[in-house]
Amino acid sequence: MERTTDDLRLDGNAAAGLLGEIFAFETTTAITICSGCDRASPVGTLVLYGQHMGAVLRCPGCGQVMMVVTRPHGEWWLDLRGVRIMRVAAGPSRDQAR
Amino acid sequence: MTEGADSGPRLVWREAEVLAVVAETASARSITLRVPDWPGHAAGQHVDVRLTADDGYQAQRSYSIASPPEQADIVLTVERVEDGEVSSYLTEETRPGDRLELRGPIGGYFTWTGTLPGPLQLVGGGSGIVPLMAMLRHRANERTRPAARLLSSWRTRDAIIYRDELERLASDDPQLAVVHTLTRESPPGWSGPRGRIDADMLRAFAYAPEQQPRLYVCGPTPFVEAVADALVQLGHAPECIKTERFGPTGDR
Ligand SMILES: Cc1cc2nc3c(=O)[nH]c(=O)nc-3n(C[C@H](O)[C@H](O)[C@H](O)COP(=O)(O)OP(=O)(O)OC[C@H]3O[C@@H](n4cnc5c(N)ncnc54)[C@H](O)[C@@H]3O)c2cc1C
Ligand SMILES: [Zn+2]
Repeated sequence: MERTTDDLRLDGNAAAGLLGEIFAFETTTAITICSGCDRASPVGTLVLYGQHMGAVLRCPGCGQVMMVVTRPHGEWWLDLRGVRIMRVAAGPSRDQAR
Repeated sequence: MTEGADSGPRLVWREAEVLAVVAETASARSITLRVPDWPGHAAGQHVDVRLTADDGYQAQRSYSIASPPEQADIVLTVERVEDGEVSSYLTEETRPGDRLELRGPIGGYFTWTGTLPGPLQLVGGGSGIVPLMAMLRHRANERTRPAARLLSSWRTRDAIIYRDELERLASDDPQLAVVHTLTRESPPGWSGPRGRIDADMLRAFAYAPEQQPRLYVCGPTPFVEAVADALVQLGHAPECIKTERFGPTGDR
């Protein structure tokens, strides 16, 4: 796993609020398949840099950038460059599940 | 992998009312909030709190929910960090009757429900204990409880959050073990371990890989990474280790 001294290194759990503004499904349990190394990772385990102004989510296996989320002018820009597949459970509604 | 996986409305900001503020330690406060139309939560989830200054400047941070799903009003426990913008406000300025903007519950990965098999191994550093406490409180309300252990790391004895409640929970429950380790002091009469959580300490106080525990590790980023690495080194399967990083300092 890539190690840097960047203070802002968090994980995908901390991006759940941000992604919850875009997606109607629970993102942290969605599985991403990395296009670089084929590793399957729940979004909650991706390595997160930055949060509010723009978030970069990297693969915990090979460090490649999986997603970049920015919001330049009241619009979400979602760059999924490193995600080959995203698997989302087809389940009950958010309210029923809790 | 279906825990917490669901679909539903997008997250919205809600206004919450502060019902109570309780000092847990010199620097940590538990804030009870009434949130209109709160949909309920799972142990381990968090909320985002947003503060807006008079000039419109906004700051937003995440805080884990400390209260169990059984409780309607939610409780956040916030530890003041030196020069912290949001934590200082929440621990020093916030009073009952105040209103805060928040959204949630958020996250489905770092959650525990009583239905999951296997003993529960919780490892926390500092305020990383908050979501783990929601799990222990939830567990205490369940009829059938898996065995559970909490190993938590603190700088000093006085910094330990929820110390009395944890002692009470453990003394009522032979299936629950609570161990605190101190990294910065060795107070007289301290019988617990001292020093950082490493492979040796995990070998001594945590479930072994053969017991197939469900592992939850939460705290400052360097703490979480060091503990997760040590667990893998001990032979725990990486997919059984759930982690949540709280942020910068690893100074535990
Ligand atoms: C998913 C998630 C859940 C969280 N749950 C909780 C919780 O239940 N209780 C809680 O008290 N905190 C929690 N945090 C941390 C919280 O979101 C803030 O990072 C923390 O309160 C500091 O914010 P601040 O605005 O006061 O400090 P800032 O103004 O952002 O930073 C001030 C200084 O403190 C340092 N700093 C920032 N964050 C932390 C931190 N977490 N620990 C130590 N030093 C820090 C910064 O590097 C800087 O030097 C959680 C974080 C995440 C991602
Ligand atoms: Zn990869």
